[in-house]
Amino acid sequence: MARMKFICDAERCIECNGCVTACKAEHDVPWGVNRRRVVTLNDGIAGEKSISVACMHCSDAPCMAVCPVDCFYRTDEGVVLHDKDACIGCGYCSYACPFGAPQFPTNGTFGLRGKMDKCTFCAGGPELNGSVAENAKYGRNRLSEGKLPACAEMCATKALLGGDGDVVADIFRTRVLNRGKGSEVWGWGTAYGKPATKS
Amino acid sequence: MSRCIVLGAVMAAIVSLAACTETPQTAATRKPDTKVWEVTDNAFNAPGWKSGDKVSWEEQMRSRAQAQNEYAKAK
Repeated sequence: MARMKFICDAERCIECNGCVTACKAEHDVPWGVNRRRVVTLNDGIAGEKSISVACMHCSDAPCMAVCPVDCFYRTDEGVVLHDKDACIGCGYCSYACPFGAPQFPTNGTFGLRGKMDKCTFCAGGPELNGSVAENAKYGRNRLSEGKLPACAEMCATKALLGGDGDVVADIFRTRVLNRGKGSEVWGWGTAYGKPATKS
Repeated sequence: MSRCIVLGAVMAAIVSLAACTETPQTAATRKPDTKVWEVTDNAFNAPGWKSGDKVSWEEQMRSRAQAQNEYAKAK
């Protein structure tokens, strides 16, 4: 059984925001909501690195753990989805998510917080696959059409990879072995700097 | 006459108290989802796999993912 995952190759990402645009266009995402965004570390400094971030479809998702109405579920493919009819828009998932994935569109004349919206791995929601209702609430269900997420398939440099975790890991491993570097950009060193050498 | 007044008062009380009732606030329960490979005929389906067949869908996902692997394409 496939376990769907994203991985972004920081050696390749050129911060073009093509993934962000593809996502917004594919799902007709409302103004002010970004299911995906590009984050640049050390922006403006030589050697800056960019990665594309969205819902990581965690294996032990904190959003699922904190949701008071239990609107989240995980599909057999490991995609974390939610039911907007059950969501009450409380925002707990937003506090729990370490990636800032849950988004809240403003709703109505007075800008009330609407129901949560997030990356669906282009897998829609609990409505009938490919239905008008599913498209209106969650966007397009590309997975049920035999396609991978639009952001990954549209990535010009193929920095963003999406699909079965084993397959994308193999693709990434092949790259690293061929170019001889790149695996080190993932991990503690990138996030917190290199450890100080002991004198 | 007094009976009418009492009846009117009771009716008024019922109508005014009805405004104090609360609408039910039971949250909607989560709906079950259909399997991803189970899809009705969709004009946007990618060619090369059989809708409703799990094995075929998984194979389609694997082959589709290889389109992201230019090392495989360059062979």
